[in-house]
Amino acid sequence: MPVAVRELELDLDAFEGPFDLLLSLVLREEIPLREIDLAAIIVTFVEHLADKGELDLDACGEFLILISALLELKARAMFPEEDAELSELEPEEAAEELARRLAEYRRAKEAARFLRERLDERRDVHFRLGPAPLAPVAERRLAPQEPELLAAALRALAVEPPEPSVAHMALRFPPVSQFLDRWRALLLRRSRFDFDQEVAGLSRVEIAVAFLALLELRKQNEIAIAQAAPFAPIRISRADAERSLSWNTVSA
Amino acid sequence: MEHGLRLITTDATPALELARTLEALLVVASQPLPVDELAAAAEADPSQVEESLSILEQRFSEERSGIVLEHVAGGWAFRASKTASDACARLFEKPAERGLSQAALETLAIVAYLGPVSRPEIARIRGVNVDGVIAGLVERGLVAEGGRDNEFGAIRYRTTPLFERIFGLESLAALPRVEDLGADVDEIRGRLEAVAEKRPA
Repeated sequence: MPVAVRELELDLDAFEGPFDLLLSLVLREEIPLREIDLAAIIVTFVEHLADKGELDLDACGEFLILISALLELKARAMFPEEDAELSELEPEEAAEELARRLAEYRRAKEAARFLRERLDERRDVHFRLGPAPLAPVAERRLAPQEPELLAAALRALAVEPPEPSVAHMALRFPPVSQFLDRWRALLLRRSRFDFDQEVAGLSRVEIAVAFLALLELRKQNEIAIAQAAPFAPIRISRADAERSLSWNTVSA
Repeated sequence: MEHGLRLITTDATPALELARTLEALLVVASQPLPVDELAAAAEADPSQVEESLSILEQRFSEERSGIVLEHVAGGWAFRASKTASDACARLFEKPAERGLSQAALETLAIVAYLGPVSRPEIARIRGVNVDGVIAGLVERGLVAEGGRDNEFGAIRYRTTPLFERIFGLESLAALPRVEDLGADVDEIRGRLEAVAEKRPA
């Protein structure tokens, strides 16, 4: 580790001393990471860089790796339930993880050095760069066509299509009064009837109007309407018949 | 009689004839051509193509010619001789590799070794966000998208044939082995602990 990072003097609430000491204490779990203000360490490092007046890239790299590893460990320690497996890392394992990451990054740096050397060796090499020439496209030949067939096809298209039927759109509503009369006439003969039975065979629109007529009669208080459950048969009775029935029920 | 003599001096052997065809294919190509593609285009056997390529390799060598045949990026391609590099540089720019930063090279190295690899994975190793660096490498044509992460659907990146060509690699297998890149975990662990032990009491 470059001197700059190792000897970075820290003055935090929970710790005072060089960075390497803090690191070893954290790795041995002698200081709980959650009590360490990592942002303050970063500020100290940045101030230290500013004081030196020169940018030590190696030191910055090492520092970034260390501080991000510490941040990750701290984040895991603060949210144990989110990552139970990793939060169970022993300090020994945490140190191992840190070392593994440093090694991984060191390898990337080594590989980058190899690439830099290759680039230097190839500095004098020029070659043509350009889009690849297109592969030849197989020629598509159409079978000989009969012009009469084309004319026939066009003729078929030129015929005006039949007018679409709009018959279904003409809803003819019978007058409500027609059903009012019908129900009243029915109720003169019978004290009660079943709606579904009476409208069987009528069109959907007629049934709707018949139902409207029922509502009208109910509003006028001429009938009582009962239905045991949704979609159950609708039973209609004369208002006076219903009343006498309920009266009987109460008196019984 | 004269006719017979001319036959002997100009009649090409099949290998030389094939060499001429390959030469023609290579001068038209703008990317390295693999042996099987050359063989298919020349309607020849791959082994015959290899034989003729070795004739061309001698003819187009650094010592003998301004054009050099090289085995690169999984195929064969012509390049300019290094002796002509100054003249080339006066006329032609090399935009893909000019001014590659250390960050770009490290990212490129990680993609070359671990690719296809997603940005978060690279960022984890480098310890910093790599979005900008990756965008730059894609722009240069050194890195390209190569599928998606199975688990999270993140875009994964791999190096391109152009990368191998610019760095003069026959393939990614020409990179040093990971084990030879030093930096084993135990050694670094030891150094970490040494730092911890040697602190002033």
